[in-house]
Amino acid sequence: MAFEIGGKTYETDEEGYLANLADWNPEIADYMAKDDDCDLTDNHWEVINFLREYYEEYQIAPAVRVLTKAIGKRLGKEKGNSKYLYELFPYGPAKQACKYAGLPKPTGCV
Amino acid sequence: MGNGAKKFMYVNRRAPYGTIYALEGLEVVLIGAAFDQDVCMAFVDDGVYQLQKGQDTAESNMKNFSPTYRALGDYEVTKLYVEKESLEQRGMSEDDLMELTYEDEDDDYQEKPSIRIVNRGELTDLMEQQDVILNY
Amino acid sequence: MLHTINKSPFEKNSLDTCLRLAKPGSEILLLEDGVYAAVKGTAVEQQVMQALSDYTVYALGPDLKARGIEEKRLIDGIEVVGYDGFVDLAANSERVQSWL
Repeated sequence: MAFEIGGKTYETDEEGYLANLADWNPEIADYMAKDDDCDLTDNHWEVINFLREYYEEYQIAPAVRVLTKAIGKRLGKEKGNSKYLYELFPYGPAKQACKYAGLPKPTGCV
Repeated sequence: MGNGAKKFMYVNRRAPYGTIYALEGLEVVLIGAAFDQDVCMAFVDDGVYQLQKGQDTAESNMKNFSPTYRALGDYEVTKLYVEKESLEQRGMSEDDLMELTYEDEDDDYQEKPSIRIVNRGELTDLMEQQDVILNY
Repeated sequence: MLHTINKSPFEKNSLDTCLRLAKPGSEILLLEDGVYAAVKGTAVEQQVMQALSDYTVYALGPDLKARGIEEKRLIDGIEVVGYDGFVDLAANSERVQSWL
């Protein structure tokens, strides 16, 4: 599968996750979010950027439980809970946010 | 961790890049960590090479998954037993291994080392204490 | 604990490592290519004979047959079991460790 932004084509897997991590740019996140009828706010970007940093450091997309805990540590308790994260990313914070962040589907996520 | 938690040990005996065992084993540990069991890992034979510091796959076109071992603490996998005899046989010591730590929630989130060097007798005893042992 | 070994001792170190780490008194079952360790006159014969003083060693009959290994070629003291015996061994042990 693939999609096109501004004349450039981006490959994805069958679930819409970006095939090449290195292809990512913020426009891609916006494009994918629009496709899901979701407008990205600063709160969304906080999580997306966090995920990219986490991947850069550990070469892995964190499981939702790990993400929740790590967000809490970084951004504060009021954000480190699943209610907050599911409101931002109703399809599942790890799954949906990882997709926008250009990461592979989290290990162990079904 | 509930009282029903079982003790799981994942035994790693293969070097990281020559076969898929090490990476698959690591993924299974990360997936399994979601199930709230008492998980530890043992590194024996060539498995100790998985923890070698300074791995760089940039020129070999393979994914360097060694940084992922540093995420194990986040997944509450905090006991990584390395057999002393396997290290010595390969001319290695603890200094050759990555520094892996976890934050101890029960001790004011202090950073503590995850790697514990054990000799074969200690490892034998640890294995005897497990409910489930899986080899990779 | 029941330890199983399914690799040839001439290709992998599974037998060595199992014998180094298994607690004396444990059961060891050789199966698949692991059964080559049960044969007399090999380079690992001494090691297996030594192991027999610490462990009960079994070899899986169907895997011996498949490889053309007759029972008279086995090191004395190794017990041959069938699939039913394998099941009994596993069921009677608290844990099984499969050395790959």
